[in-house]
Amino acid sequence: MAVRRRLRWDPAACTGHGLCADLLPERIELDEWGYPVILGDVPPGLARHARRAVRACPVLALRLQPVQEDPGGRARS
Amino acid sequence: MNQSRGHHGAPAWSPRRAGYRRLTAGWQHTGRPADLREHHDRYGPLPAVRQQSPRALVDAIAAARLTGRGGAGFPTATKMRAVATRRGPAVVVANGVESEPASQKDQALLAWAPHLVLDGALLAARAVGANVVHVCLDRTRDRQADGVLRAITERQQAGLGDVAMLAHGLPPRYVASEETSLIRWLNGGEARPTTVPPRPFEQGVGRRPTLVNNVETLAHIALIARYGPDWFCQAGHPDTPGTMLITVGGAAGYPGVYEIEAGTRVDEVLAMCDGNNEDGALLMGGYFGTWHAARDLAHLPLSAPGLRAAGASPGAGVIFALPPGGCGLAETARILCFLAGQVAQQCGPCMFGLPAVAGDFTRLAEGRPEGDVLERLDRRLGAITGRGACRHPDGAVRMAASALAAFASDARAHAAGRPCLGAYRRGSQADRPPIPPSAAATAPWAEDEWR
Repeated sequence: MAVRRRLRWDPAACTGHGLCADLLPERIELDEWGYPVILGDVPPGLARHARRAVRACPVLALRLQPVQEDPGGRARS
Repeated sequence: MNQSRGHHGAPAWSPRRAGYRRLTAGWQHTGRPADLREHHDRYGPLPAVRQQSPRALVDAIAAARLTGRGGAGFPTATKMRAVATRRGPAVVVANGVESEPASQKDQALLAWAPHLVLDGALLAARAVGANVVHVCLDRTRDRQADGVLRAITERQQAGLGDVAMLAHGLPPRYVASEETSLIRWLNGGEARPTTVPPRPFEQGVGRRPTLVNNVETLAHIALIARYGPDWFCQAGHPDTPGTMLITVGGAAGYPGVYEIEAGTRVDEVLAMCDGNNEDGALLMGGYFGTWHAARDLAHLPLSAPGLRAAGASPGAGVIFALPPGGCGLAETARILCFLAGQVAQQCGPCMFGLPAVAGDFTRLAEGRPEGDVLERLDRRLGAITGRGACRHPDGAVRMAASALAAFASDARAHAAGRPCLGAYRRGSQADRPPIPPSAAATAPWAEDEWR
């Protein structure tokens, strides 16, 4: 089964380098102050790019977590 | 000793006779802080552990449906159970920092009845298996620290010391009273919020499970332990039993701290302190609260469930009535400038977003907007919510958004370049944040002030 992943952003750690938005523009854009806005979960097709964005963060403020699907269909992380 | 009179000659307070004056009963009779002897004369001694097991106390608090009085209103018994069921010795933190400028009720309570708070802290410590209580205060309030230390010493001398009690002075910052800030500070760090999890009940002071309670919450625990949940529920509203401390500010003939039955109607509360403000506006819940037309709240009970229908919350029990002729947007701009200067400087959207929003509001209130200020505010408020480690940005944004809704016609007029005189009224309004609006984005911030 295809696993969806969720991007977790630590606002206190982030210093706004903005590399993540360059590497994963499909899911991350920057606000007017240069901090990332997460646009939704990461589908399997984007997982490789998402992992690259996580690794590129100089202050380790981004993580990728698998999303568990409940039997009822509601996503939990 | 004559049981009907206290040793100072004032009529003794009786739990059976008292109406809604419970926490403030002593002040009503003597007009000065209660020492230990007076405290015991009034309320009686604490129940011994053999009379009331820790578990029975938590059950009594659950039956009383006591909720936290620091602003969040979380059920106290649930919080205590979460700590009590963790392994290892726990820690109790009594939060008396009260950094909200519009609130004075914790300062009043600590001044009037320090032993009620310390009783509650001791009982909470027994209930969750803690051997130490940290009482956190604002370090700039010297007299308060003296009073609390005197009370702690009195208890030690009286042999009430089966739990160590330590008082601490924290830096005077708005976010320092956030519970994760207290824990970080007590662990030797800065008084700035941390990302959760781990939550305090999982890993707090010294990595131990930690119960953080507002000082008023603890004082209610001290009374529930003595007189039971049925007594506690004799006052208040079916939704929210008991009494609560509130701070009324702004356009009131008699502003200040009051003890009321929870769920008293908002217009009755205002009438009580000569703050009848039928046509005016209210800031309900303090700096993280919401603005409303007074008539929209007038008939609602002052309690979290009672105000929910109007999208309001009592927060830590703060009501600010907008003075006649005042400008709600100008007051909001002032509050936002204060909050923007009080950010923890940790999370970008808060650190840069709040000064930006405060600047927008200041220009709006003064009727000299740049560009489409309402559209920009709408976008910026949306871009800040939920993007900080703590609730500081969310609280500020909620208050700002409520101002735009409650003063919508004023906002349109000001955005069109038509200011009102209210923005230029200075010195006539109580509870003014301590810095002027012009200090918006450049509030002084010294690195060492966090420790």
